[in-house]
Amino acid sequence: MLHSYSAPQQGQIMDSHIQVKNLNVYYGKQQALKNINIEIPKNQITVIMGPSGCGKTTLLKSLNRFLELNDGTQIDGEVLVDGQNIYDRDVDVTEVRKVVGLLAQRPSPLPMSIYDNVVYGMNIHRMKSDRKEYKAAVRHYLEIAGLWEEVHKRLHDPATSLSIGQQQRLCLARGLAVEPEIILGDEPTSALDPISSQNIESRLIELKQQYTTVIVTHTLRQAKRLADYVIYMYLGEVIEAGPAKEVFGNPQHERTRAYLEGQI
Amino acid sequence: MNQIEQIDIPQVIEKMTGRTTRPVTTSRARQDNFARRTFFVFTLLPVLLILIVTIALLARSWPILKAYPLSDLLFGTVWKPTNGQFGFWPFILGTFWVTAVGVLLAVPPCILTSIYLAEYAHTKLRSTAKPILDLLAAIPPVVYGVWGLLAIVPFVDKVLAPLSDRWLGSVSIFSVNQPTGFGILAAGIVLAVMIAPLIISVMYEIFSTVPNDLRHASLAVGATQWQTIRNIVLPQVAPGILAAIVLGASRALGETIAVLMVVGNIPQSPTSIFDSAYPLPALIANNYGEMMSIPLYDSALLSAALVLLVIILIFNILSILIIQRMLRRKWS
Repeated sequence: MLHSYSAPQQGQIMDSHIQVKNLNVYYGKQQALKNINIEIPKNQITVIMGPSGCGKTTLLKSLNRFLELNDGTQIDGEVLVDGQNIYDRDVDVTEVRKVVGLLAQRPSPLPMSIYDNVVYGMNIHRMKSDRKEYKAAVRHYLEIAGLWEEVHKRLHDPATSLSIGQQQRLCLARGLAVEPEIILGDEPTSALDPISSQNIESRLIELKQQYTTVIVTHTLRQAKRLADYVIYMYLGEVIEAGPAKEVFGNPQHERTRAYLEGQI
Repeated sequence: MNQIEQIDIPQVIEKMTGRTTRPVTTSRARQDNFARRTFFVFTLLPVLLILIVTIALLARSWPILKAYPLSDLLFGTVWKPTNGQFGFWPFILGTFWVTAVGVLLAVPPCILTSIYLAEYAHTKLRSTAKPILDLLAAIPPVVYGVWGLLAIVPFVDKVLAPLSDRWLGSVSIFSVNQPTGFGILAAGIVLAVMIAPLIISVMYEIFSTVPNDLRHASLAVGATQWQTIRNIVLPQVAPGILAAIVLGASRALGETIAVLMVVGNIPQSPTSIFDSAYPLPALIANNYGEMMSIPLYDSALLSAALVLLVIILIFNILSILIIQRMLRRKWS
């Protein structure tokens, strides 16, 4: 169809944190993202939704340069975070990933203790100078992730001894501990039970004051619960993007409407 | 007692579960049973084979084991079959020296290569380099032996020995006492090249057992690839790396032809890597079938084979125990 989506009325976003400009991504010869132009608002939750295979996760992973972990991926275009193109040649990819944290689809606790999981990233970046500071930071981030109460008596147990829902909150704490500005979530609750999912969702809502959050989800209901801003994708293109109220209340595009009504 | 014996267990289970535990005798089930038993027998064969070989060797070694105390055979340093002196110690030492040098030379580059192939290399490079490495493992040992004879022995003689003599001569394990080029170092170099493809291949497989999720979790907080390898991947694969080394070492312990072509074959207790040696496999291969009229000679050579077998078994069992301990201690 015809027209690629014309950029979401620029100026609508007062304060954009991430700008994606003319982004095209190819896996080998197959084009996964087609000419993406979007802006992502600061300190809000942006939800990327769409049917499976539409490029949601590809778009998300373009934001922390995770796409280049696969051989044969070609990326054209710009992703600006705070005005800096993260694909510029002189940008240090580890700095990008420190600023843009990722909560993976499946919880991936590192094979070490709960404590060491939270310390891991801080250690990598030498963010603290002594044990006391690390201890305080571990407590702080486990509290933010809503896990402290459950684990403070067994911080030195292996992280894999936690339930899967607890593991995902641990991963959240580990991600937050390197002081990112942006949290990416790749269907972060899809592996979890309803109560654990709800727990993660509440954390994300609490955190949105301080972090720009981008979540990929394939469940419409979760999108409606979380989203301040919505990006709807279909077959590698952004079909519609805008504030959640507008997109859910009065979708401008017929495909978006069809998706919201459950036809796709 | 009687009461206990009267309980018909299948019947009890039947009552409890409502299912029958009586054997099913349909033809499908019989086929299944037949298949399972056949496979079981073939699985048992290797175990039986080891037992049979051990027992046969033991039986053929019996005459000499009866004639001499075990400690005289194992730790005796003189090998003069015509005088009735059968000391295996020089050969045991020779085996260990050659294997140790081979493994020490092979392991560091193998670890680096397998890390590169598994963690850094692009798919294209990997799919070209891997088959070539696997091909190296298919080259017959005798070819390596010829290569050692024509290239490595002169290299040791003309280059390494003079260098070592000048710079490291005062260190006894590097001193040059027998300047011929034939010796432990030449054998070690040949062995290292021979076992490297095997070690790399096993290590590579072990690296690929680490789930990508773990690597990504580390990269996602801004770790570099090397930090990820060092902090996450290597601790996970440590037992496997040890297993790969053991596999390579076992191969080296038993390697015969390529070693005997370059090692010098002098029954002495070596003190330097430039000394000639005479490992157990070379002893057996060089002498079995000749001069068999010497009393107890046949029995002595077969007990040398038995010693080699026992060394390899002990070595493997020890390493399995160590690896199991490492696995248990690790988080997983």
